[in-house]
Amino acid sequence: MSFFPYIIAAWLFVVGLYGIITSRNLIHLVICLSVVQSSTYVLLLAVGYRAGAVPPVFVNIPLGTPAVDPVVQALTLTDVVVEATVTALLLALAVQAQKRFGTLDPEQLRSMQG
Amino acid sequence: MSVPARRLVFLVAAAGFAALFLWGLAGLPSFGNYQGPYGDILNRVAVPQRHVTDVVAAVNFDYRGVDTIGEEFILFVSVAGVAALLRTERAEIDVEPPEDERAIRRAETSDAVRAFCFALIAPTIVLGWDIVAHGHLTPGGGFQGGAILASGLVLIYLAGGYKTLRAVSPEEGADVAEAIGAGGFVVIGLAGLIAGAAFLQDIIPLGPVGLLYSAGTIPLINLSVGIEVAGGFLVILSEFLRQALQVRAQADARKDQEQA
Repeated sequence: MSFFPYIIAAWLFVVGLYGIITSRNLIHLVICLSVVQSSTYVLLLAVGYRAGAVPPVFVNIPLGTPAVDPVVQALTLTDVVVEATVTALLLALAVQAQKRFGTLDPEQLRSMQG
Repeated sequence: MSVPARRLVFLVAAAGFAALFLWGLAGLPSFGNYQGPYGDILNRVAVPQRHVTDVVAAVNFDYRGVDTIGEEFILFVSVAGVAALLRTERAEIDVEPPEDERAIRRAETSDAVRAFCFALIAPTIVLGWDIVAHGHLTPGGGFQGGAILASGLVLIYLAGGYKTLRAVSPEEGADVAEAIGAGGFVVIGLAGLIAGAAFLQDIIPLGPVGLLYSAGTIPLINLSVGIEVAGGFLVILSEFLRQALQVRAQADARKDQEQA
């Protein structure tokens, strides 16, 4: 089972992408994109994990104690917060779509097509 | 393209992705068997070099500080985009929420929820500042603490309604806080240049490991990021709330017209 977290990351990526391409509602689509993005968090944290190691916070822990990778954790934490604001931006676009075209269904946004 | 056709294209692409992914997976060390070297090097050198105890904070705000500025400006631009998108049609209708807005909220929100949210406001804001201030010592920092601070302000809305939130944090206040936070990070970076060092290089004394006053510029950057994230989330929150009130006001106006 040592590859299980990677499989989960792949599953989240693919299932989110499937949701995006079959979506009939822009809000649903934005949530699907969040699912895709969460796969990157799982993958990042999984590649930095070391069995039995401590977190990379050396309070009352001697230096040199095996710890997990701090780089991937740093990448993930900024990403989570940035993703929240990007999601808000996409939802604002959905609000505008609803106002301009009266629908949230991407299939119905005919006037946006070429 | 129709949905079934798109699904077919997706299934073909997904099969290709699965093959490539499995191929890539075969080259990765198995889960829990981290090979390094960067994480191990940083875990060894960050405490003596930067006087932090939370190595993640040293990575974010020092070793890859320039990257984090980039990410921070993605956040800044997204918030600006939300404001630009939702403010465009403000002129169309009276932007001020209806006078009886508080009464509407009172009727919709139960007293139990309001009392509970009110009780949580102060502890949440204190916790937010605590997380921001101790980012270089324990897990936390500007990104996480800023989000908690913004949650405290959401609780003000839940307990008191839109007007109370506006009174406590005027719209311009949130805009300015966001800009100061984003600019502060860059100013701290430029201070390094002015002092004759590199951009974002630490120029103030590092202090003793493990104390609140330590780690040089990292706590200052945490503070500025915390202000930016809290301000940014607050701008987003108030733009969406204002939008909701506008839509409600438009619906009310339409109903009145139909009746007349």
